[in-house]
Amino acid sequence: MLAIRRINRGLLYVLLLLIACFYLIPVYVVLVTSFKTNTEVSLSQMWWLPHQWSLQALGAAWHALGPNFGNSFMLAIPATILASLFGSINGYALSKWKFKGANVVFFLILFGMFIPYQSVLIPLLKVLDLISLYNTIPGLILVHVVYGIPICTLIFRNFYASIPTDIIESAQIDGTGYWGIYRHIILPLSISGFVVAGIWEFTQVWNNFLFAVAVTNPPHQPVTVALVNIAGSQTVQFNEQMASALIASIPTLIVYIFLGKYFVRGLLAGSVKG
Amino acid sequence: MDVQLAKTGPERRRKRLSSGKIWSMITLIPSMILLLIFVYGFIGWTGWVSTTAWNSIIPNFLSVGLKNYQIVFQTFRFQSDIRNMVVFTVLFILICLIVGLCLALLIDQRIKAESFFRSLYLFPMAISAVATGVVWSWLLNPDTGVNLILKAFGLKHVPQWFLSTRIVPGIPGGQIQIGIPIALLAVLIASVWQMSGFAMAVYLAGLRGIPDELKEAAKIDGANAWRTFWSVILPQLKATTTTIIIILTAASLKVFGLIYAMTGPGQDFVTDMPSMNMFQTTYQGDQFAQGAVISIVMLILIALFIIPYLISTLREEE
Repeated sequence: MLAIRRINRGLLYVLLLLIACFYLIPVYVVLVTSFKTNTEVSLSQMWWLPHQWSLQALGAAWHALGPNFGNSFMLAIPATILASLFGSINGYALSKWKFKGANVVFFLILFGMFIPYQSVLIPLLKVLDLISLYNTIPGLILVHVVYGIPICTLIFRNFYASIPTDIIESAQIDGTGYWGIYRHIILPLSISGFVVAGIWEFTQVWNNFLFAVAVTNPPHQPVTVALVNIAGSQTVQFNEQMASALIASIPTLIVYIFLGKYFVRGLLAGSVKG
Repeated sequence: MDVQLAKTGPERRRKRLSSGKIWSMITLIPSMILLLIFVYGFIGWTGWVSTTAWNSIIPNFLSVGLKNYQIVFQTFRFQSDIRNMVVFTVLFILICLIVGLCLALLIDQRIKAESFFRSLYLFPMAISAVATGVVWSWLLNPDTGVNLILKAFGLKHVPQWFLSTRIVPGIPGGQIQIGIPIALLAVLIASVWQMSGFAMAVYLAGLRGIPDELKEAAKIDGANAWRTFWSVILPQLKATTTTIIIILTAASLKVFGLIYAMTGPGQDFVTDMPSMNMFQTTYQGDQFAQGAVISIVMLILIALFIIPYLISTLREEE
């Protein structure tokens, strides 16, 4: 009986490792290809390790992508901070001070997170053009802040729901007002809420393609658009393409590796049931 | 004294509460204004554009009623989009549900290094759709990648992946052939790789929420692992499954970056999607009204899933 159990456990781990290998196939290919020289990258030797590890492709990719990489940071960081702040005060209002109709407001906010953004694109570009923000990074920041409000509000509303109402009631009795309670009680307890919303929003903005390609032209394009341009060009070799994909993915991967726990919480909050 | 305090206490609190509620509404005003303009106003605007004659660079707001809808629905491209979208969404969700549930069950066996495996199966979600598309388009390039391995196993006729133009079974219907475009399977592999971790994470949360007493009771009743799974665990995961289906459907109807980076519309539009069609029709073809039609159709399809889901979720909460 024990022997069967042990064999079963062994099989379980073999299975888990095999699946893990499947998920890692693209990572392997990206890494080995990125470190190959132009002469060594060939269709028939795709799976082989490089004979000679070279930084040539990564250098070339960085040369092409570097400025766009910078654009993505200039875009993602302010957009993340602003959307999280909106999310925090909205979440506080909707979870701790439920007025009549609060759920209708919440519904109207939430729906914005599921719409196909194509359905707002034509007017959006017109309006950005009108306020001189078309083809600018601030314009793209505005877009991401607005369409990031729903998910950030949802994350913070779920997060604040777990803070006991008693604390707020006793602060009220002590005479603390709406904003006093927010500043002295809610905000200090919000750190992990900001981490969850921040990581989620940063990843979404960094990885976004539709708004990026619609709102910006060179040289203001974020890294995702630059990556697609490089990959779509007939003259760029595969080692440089894979190196570009690697560079474009590194920031979100680092965030995921170090703060994955919070990423999962954002993910689960995003499915509405917190 | 005590009696007096008891009297004034609630009164004072009610007053404070109402001023707090007013502040609560004021807090929400900026966001509501932004969203009323950028979501609802713009949707209305797009809806209006879809009924105009604006089909060149120069705006033309002459009303033509639903004529654009008629035109778009009769095009080969849009009919292909609808076929592709339905095929893709159904297969994508089915596979993600099965893979996600299997992974969650494997991870839920009190294994060592649980967080390692969980993070590994989920990491593709942290990567952009376009990077995923670029990498998988190379892995599934018919001349290399996966096909090299298939050839090494002695397969003579290797699949053409996203370059295939076959549609199986390809029954003529409308302008198009109805069936499963083989090229979509390549897109499917990439998107399952990217999103199955989501299903796993939500299923895992669902599994952890099942009370242990239920499983214990099944054990005492003499049910084996298989029976316990079918008659105790699976029914408990109904709500979780609904959640996953809704979220993945919304994601699948919007899929854009992956297609754009991996295949584009494809030959004969075998991998085209409404999102892609809208983008090219509007910004490369300058057919603004027809682009608006496509985006409104996308919105309606998503709304059909999302609105009932949101309403029922918010009701449940109350």
